[in-house]
Amino acid sequence: MCGIVGLFLKDPKLESQLGAMLTDMLITMTDRGPDSAGIAIYGRPEQGRAKLTLQSADPVNDFKGLADDLSARLGVTLTAEVKDTHIVLDVPMAALDDARAAVTALRPGIKVMSAGESIEIFKEVGLPRDVAARFDLAQMSGTHGIGHTRMATESAVTTMGAHPFSTGADQCLVHNGSLSNHNGVRRELKRQGMTFETENDTEVGAAFISHKLKTGETLGNALEATLTDLDGFFTFVVGTKNGFGVVRDPIACKPAVMAETDQYVAFGSEYRALVNLPGIETARVWEPEPATVYFWER
Amino acid sequence: MQTFDLGAEGLRALNSALHGLKGQTNMTAWEVVNPKGAHAIAAGVDAPVDITVRGSTGYYCAGMNKQATIRIKGSAGPGVAENMMSGTVIIDGDASQYAGATGRGGLLVIKGNASSRCGISMKGIDIVVHGNIGHMSAFMAQSGNLVCLGDAGEALGDSLYEARLFVRGSVKSLGADCVEKEMRPEHIAILEDLLSRGEADAKARPEEFRRYGSARTLYSFNIDNASSY
Repeated sequence: MCGIVGLFLKDPKLESQLGAMLTDMLITMTDRGPDSAGIAIYGRPEQGRAKLTLQSADPVNDFKGLADDLSARLGVTLTAEVKDTHIVLDVPMAALDDARAAVTALRPGIKVMSAGESIEIFKEVGLPRDVAARFDLAQMSGTHGIGHTRMATESAVTTMGAHPFSTGADQCLVHNGSLSNHNGVRRELKRQGMTFETENDTEVGAAFISHKLKTGETLGNALEATLTDLDGFFTFVVGTKNGFGVVRDPIACKPAVMAETDQYVAFGSEYRALVNLPGIETARVWEPEPATVYFWER
Repeated sequence: MQTFDLGAEGLRALNSALHGLKGQTNMTAWEVVNPKGAHAIAAGVDAPVDITVRGSTGYYCAGMNKQATIRIKGSAGPGVAENMMSGTVIIDGDASQYAGATGRGGLLVIKGNASSRCGISMKGIDIVVHGNIGHMSAFMAQSGNLVCLGDAGEALGDSLYEARLFVRGSVKSLGADCVEKEMRPEHIAILEDLLSRGEADAKARPEEFRRYGSARTLYSFNIDNASSY
């Protein structure tokens, strides 16, 4: 069991409240996943800038002087904001790949959570309420976001095993379920050049979709392909720079509820995750069909 | 009328109060407000009372119901009226997966759509769905009646025993050992009664339905049928 929440805002007036709404939804899903929690939040991109979100088990030493060291090494100006065990670097878009490589060289203990124009991922082990407080998720604003509460089945309870998983620029995926052919798919994806940080089944699902997008497939086609190539139980919610998508396996044991109003599209593993959203009483509420791809993009 | 604010008083207090009604006759009308998708609302009631839930419910609402009439003025989460023994459960909205699963008696009415596995392993319950039912509905259903005014999803009635399935719309596919059967006068009579009690008689006439049931080839293992399992 795991909990998934997601919000795609249509009304810009709600953007300042995105973090607060997602945090409330995330905490409601604690019963479904008390092991760890995470959130991917998409802010409005700034022209020519990118964000690199990093995590360290030793943030005091790893983050000390990191921005200066990177600036010196790359010859660019960048800013950094530390949030508990995570740090968000604001770097020039052109220097994003170099910055990522430089971080690994300068601070081997650091893990990359996400990279891209608008994505930031924060995830840690612990109760959703505590994780949300550590990162002050409620204060964050953005256009859309995805959250996950984890009850681990396929791999260890670690920060890197928490969701969302990001395997491509501005991409992320959260998962409720378990994949049974992930080892085979991982081997195939490795041959195709994809890299993996964990032994986790969900990371394979994320990399599978990223690989499809990399080869020029649309998000819709990439999600369709999960239905034929991934075996197991899954409800996936996928985030991209422009929107989010939902797909459930054909058996559809893993629950999913969606709500749409003029202001937003919302996803919850259960209806109770959605009950405090504005206008939920009159929203169109439905259960996404099995083996059917849904996505919303701006 | 007893009004219970679930948000303020909590689930355990509600269900304790409802369980305490067994054998009593003086508090017969209940209203539950602020359900907010909570789990197990009014599960395990065993008294001839009338309970109205003002909003949508989470997992296992009205589970194991005996005697009570439970109305959900919203949609219901997974496992609504699971293992119902008797009484009536009426949902104004949609029902999530495995509605009425393993039910032994009583009547479950879903005025919207039911998703996958509606009536899975039903054992005597009657289910009337005004909308559509999802895939694998009535899987291994043993007895009782499942009535669907809309369309049925894939693998309807897979490995069916003696439950009767009535579908007015299309059936995406029939499961193993489920076949269409003749509608005889006694089936029209059963449907007439169920449509009436299921508050659906204004929406559909019994003659509009097709009947599906078991071909009775999978009851006990027969090596000649091995390919059908």
